[in-house]
Amino acid sequence: MYGFDDWEECTVCTHERHRTIGSPFPSLLRSPALVDRWIPRLNHIRPLQAPPLLLIARARHRSLRKRSQQTPQFLLFERRRTTTLWSNTTNTPTTMAEDALLGFLQTHDEISDSHDFAASLGVAHTDLENLIKSLKGFEIVDAKEITRDSWVLTEEGKSYVLNGSPEVQFFLAIPPEGISKAALREKLGADVYDVGSKSAAKNRWVGFDKEQITRKVESVKDDIKDLLKRIDNGEGLDDKVVNDLKRRKLITKHTWRGYSLRKGPKYVSKRKKAATDLTREHLQRGDWKDLEFKEYNLNAQGQPIQIGYLQPLLEACLTSYFAFSFWNFDALFQPQQHPARDSHDTFFLKVPATTRQLPEDYVEKVKRVHESGGYGSKGYGYDWKRDEAEKNLLRTHTTAVSTRMLYMLAQQKTFSPKRYYSIDRVFRNEAVDRTHLAEFHQIEGLICDRGLTLGDLIGVLEDFFSRLGMSKLRFKPAYNPYTEPSMEIFSYHEGLKKWVEVGNSGMFRPEMLLPMGLPEDVNVIAWGLSLERPTMILYGIDNIRDLFGPKVDFNLIKSNPLCRLGLQ
Amino acid sequence: MPTVSVGRDRLFQAIGQTYTQEEFEALCFEFGIELDDVTTEKAIIRKEKHLEDEAEEGDEEVIYKIEVAANRYDLLCLEGIARALRIFTGREGIPVFKISNIPPQSMLKMHVKPETSLIRPFVVCAVLRGVTFDEAKYNSFIDLQDKLHHNICRRRTLVAIGTHDLDALEGPFSYEALPPTEINFVPLKQAKSFRADELLEFYKSDMKLKKFLPIIENSPVYPVIYDSNRKVLSLPPIINGAHSAITLNTKNVFIECTATDLTKAKIVLNTVVTMFSEYCERKFEVEPVEVIYSDGKASIYPDLSVTKMEVPLSDITGPIGISLEESEVIPLLNKMQLQAEKSVSADANHIISVSVPPTRSDILHARDVMEDVAIAYGYNNIPKSKPKCMTNGGRQPLNRFSDKIRAEVARAGYLEVLTWILCSHEENFSMLKREDDGKKAVIIANPRSSEFEVVRTSLMSCLLKTLKHNIDHPRPIKIFEVGDVVTLDATHDVGAANNRRLAALYCNVTSGFEEILGLVERIMKIVRAPHVPVGDSFMRPSEEPEFFPNRQCSIIFKGKEIGNFGIVHPEVLKKFGIPDPCSFVEIDIQALL
Repeated sequence: MYGFDDWEECTVCTHERHRTIGSPFPSLLRSPALVDRWIPRLNHIRPLQAPPLLLIARARHRSLRKRSQQTPQFLLFERRRTTTLWSNTTNTPTTMAEDALLGFLQTHDEISDSHDFAASLGVAHTDLENLIKSLKGFEIVDAKEITRDSWVLTEEGKSYVLNGSPEVQFFLAIPPEGISKAALREKLGADVYDVGSKSAAKNRWVGFDKEQITRKVESVKDDIKDLLKRIDNGEGLDDKVVNDLKRRKLITKHTWRGYSLRKGPKYVSKRKKAATDLTREHLQRGDWKDLEFKEYNLNAQGQPIQIGYLQPLLEACLTSYFAFSFWNFDALFQPQQHPARDSHDTFFLKVPATTRQLPEDYVEKVKRVHESGGYGSKGYGYDWKRDEAEKNLLRTHTTAVSTRMLYMLAQQKTFSPKRYYSIDRVFRNEAVDRTHLAEFHQIEGLICDRGLTLGDLIGVLEDFFSRLGMSKLRFKPAYNPYTEPSMEIFSYHEGLKKWVEVGNSGMFRPEMLLPMGLPEDVNVIAWGLSLERPTMILYGIDNIRDLFGPKVDFNLIKSNPLCRLGLQ
Repeated sequence: MPTVSVGRDRLFQAIGQTYTQEEFEALCFEFGIELDDVTTEKAIIRKEKHLEDEAEEGDEEVIYKIEVAANRYDLLCLEGIARALRIFTGREGIPVFKISNIPPQSMLKMHVKPETSLIRPFVVCAVLRGVTFDEAKYNSFIDLQDKLHHNICRRRTLVAIGTHDLDALEGPFSYEALPPTEINFVPLKQAKSFRADELLEFYKSDMKLKKFLPIIENSPVYPVIYDSNRKVLSLPPIINGAHSAITLNTKNVFIECTATDLTKAKIVLNTVVTMFSEYCERKFEVEPVEVIYSDGKASIYPDLSVTKMEVPLSDITGPIGISLEESEVIPLLNKMQLQAEKSVSADANHIISVSVPPTRSDILHARDVMEDVAIAYGYNNIPKSKPKCMTNGGRQPLNRFSDKIRAEVARAGYLEVLTWILCSHEENFSMLKREDDGKKAVIIANPRSSEFEVVRTSLMSCLLKTLKHNIDHPRPIKIFEVGDVVTLDATHDVGAANNRRLAALYCNVTSGFEEILGLVERIMKIVRAPHVPVGDSFMRPSEEPEFFPNRQCSIIFKGKEIGNFGIVHPEVLKKFGIPDPCSFVEIDIQALL
């Protein structure tokens, strides 16, 4: 008998399963009744080898997964209960048949008909057929499939052989004095009467006289019955007769399948049993040295593993999605008539629509620099409106956040250099398509220090982009309201064989920095890019909606390769 | 960024050199404009009419679509692009624009009536004499006005341009604002006379003009310009009069720009005259017009004076990170159309005295001069360097915490998704059986579609939508998201605050309530402080409408409710089109930090 320990092991090994198949299983396992029922059946299995429960678990699991469209073929080898669970049994009919078959071929060239051979051994042909397939798979025998068509009787045909054909039954049922139709129908039943009367009349065996039916000949011969008997005995008949019987649905064609067998290239008189998997038993017995292991079918898939998956796009995000126009635009020296401030491009808020909490001193400086300049600038020369600056919106770029950070930095008593970065969500009131989303992520970096140069910016960009796998960069002059100079960043794409724009960069304008109160010799170099675009290029994704948003494709996330950036 | 369409052959002729497309692209890249598209007139028409591409016909004129910087109004026409590239490549010197020297009494005058201040207070004018148009030049002249209207003029709200055949008119002119019923004239391209209010009604069906009507439509007075014979020049910013329409034969062009923004009006006028005085009898010479206000103040336009800027050499070379002498910097500035000369300041610093021409309204600060030097030097020739500052980096604690939670939930077998924070009002409220009490959600004022009406206040609708889209996926489906929701919050200056949440959803043929409970237990176990035993009283029955009754709990942490979990209510599932039971949890992980 086995101790409770063994059962514990069992529950441990099914533990992962029970989480996926629902709660009843573990509670059943704990039930003593079930233990009692199973123990006798497990007696002949070695301790710890408790697969029956696993099999049950798996079967339950499968039935629960009925909705699953794909049932992947996940076994690397064909797992058979007979070979895995009861592999020590030796004298089964199958092994006997195998010995007989291989022994016969050792002395004979051929087994011409597997049916005959099965009959001679006294085993069912289906059993022999499985054996033949297995031996053929190992190329121990050459099996040629042979087919023969033969005719067999249908149920109706068989009843004719037993009871005679309907026309003969019809004839015999007529007494010498004749009989009324109704009485005859009564006697024979409607089916036999209908069929029999037609054929008997056609053969001129009977005469119909108003209500009376009489015999016209003395005796008749049941040809149909004879023919059917001959077919049943396997005799060949001429086509016309066969077709006639077939039309009457008395016979049907049966294709007979069998095999003719010869020695295969790897013929052996006695086959070693190939093991499928290496087990604890093999190690304990040490018989793995003598065993032949069945070859793996490497085209089969592995068993799907139950794991979680992280979104390939995701990185760190923080900070409020909201800004008011002031931090998003005005503080960046972006004039109030700038097209980006149109409602076509920006999501404005209805609730809460505006803010009134602005740093007043600073607002006054920003207003002046827009209207009439200062700090060495001409300004834009227009009437700056506070209402515009108070409008709440969903930030259109993360620079709205950087601006606040810089303003806070400028309020410190002594200046200290800073490097900031953010990867966060931004919003544009755009129509959504394969490459555009109304929400996307922006990566932004900036360095704030005294005496920074455009050369520094180029150096930083080359470092940064080479970590994203883009080492070939060039820079194009561009325009941005809050950076001067501004540089668009282009990278050579080896796949597309062309230069593609990958980001934007520049030095923040003095009109933006000086009103904050930053020292005059402080420069800020900054760059930004969208997270989605390089990700799409990196992973070869052509529809951004597969990756981000409610139409995400689970299979895409599950099959995404590791990000190797920074590893090479 | 504006895009300008120019005929390739005419452009090369104007530049004075023929390029291959690659060569021209390289030149554009260096200068900071971009060859956006190469097409033909017929292809453009075909595209507009959505016709199939026909076989290439060799004799069609090739059109280059060139993207230019949004603040370079001087590059909005072929003339400007060609001139800039001629100067950039050293083929030509910087033009000097001149106001023709005419005595004040014979100068054309524009009298401004005080009522114009009610609707469109400013007007600036100029005259181009002896212009020779041909069809290409004429079209370019019209196109430039279109481009200006679309860009700096903000679709005519800030500035509107009217150009007229001066020989059909007689000065002095008057700029007035009158009730619409008192204005009658024959507008451009029409044969009969309209009253102004009827004209606006008439244009409501005009695809091109109807978008401008709201600028004056509801004003009691409309702006209008008359000549001395009460001929209407224009009804700005809508339409010109037919009487003074310019043609290919027009010699003398009168230009008026009416505006709500005087600075931009001056820039627009300067742009038009500096571009097209190229075709004047006396090249680059413009005849001025005196604008006289009713209070007697008068100004003469255009103002083509150059602006002087004294820029220390170190302010140019320092921020670029190169070392150049003045003698090297000056030719670079010249390539960018900036005249410059050496000068020395009182404290013996090297100074470059820069003259900014009227075409370069984009130059506001010495920093803009520095950029031009960098462009002329070549961005890609600047030696790269490394910033020297040392700083201490670090990630925001909430983000690091979120990543740990994400990793933990993924280890529990859940698949991470990333959804949008904007959703429809229905998805955030009624589909979740919730009411909008107006105190919770941020509402978008101008959504382009119903997908973007509100900012989500929970992650539930997002995960249900995602599940619906992948409904054929094998069961069980286990997904999660760590993301922000937003609720109104008066303590923040924007009136709303983000809140980081974890949401997880389990979908199978059975509800999976234990699955979700298991996840909640796991999260609560790992977020506790070390040495603190796992409490078991973090659950309390709840009554949230989106969950099934008696199959839901709220999650309590340090006495505060931080989330909910339970079986999703069947009516909610039905609304999202989900046939199988689901369990769901949402936790405020900011509170767990």
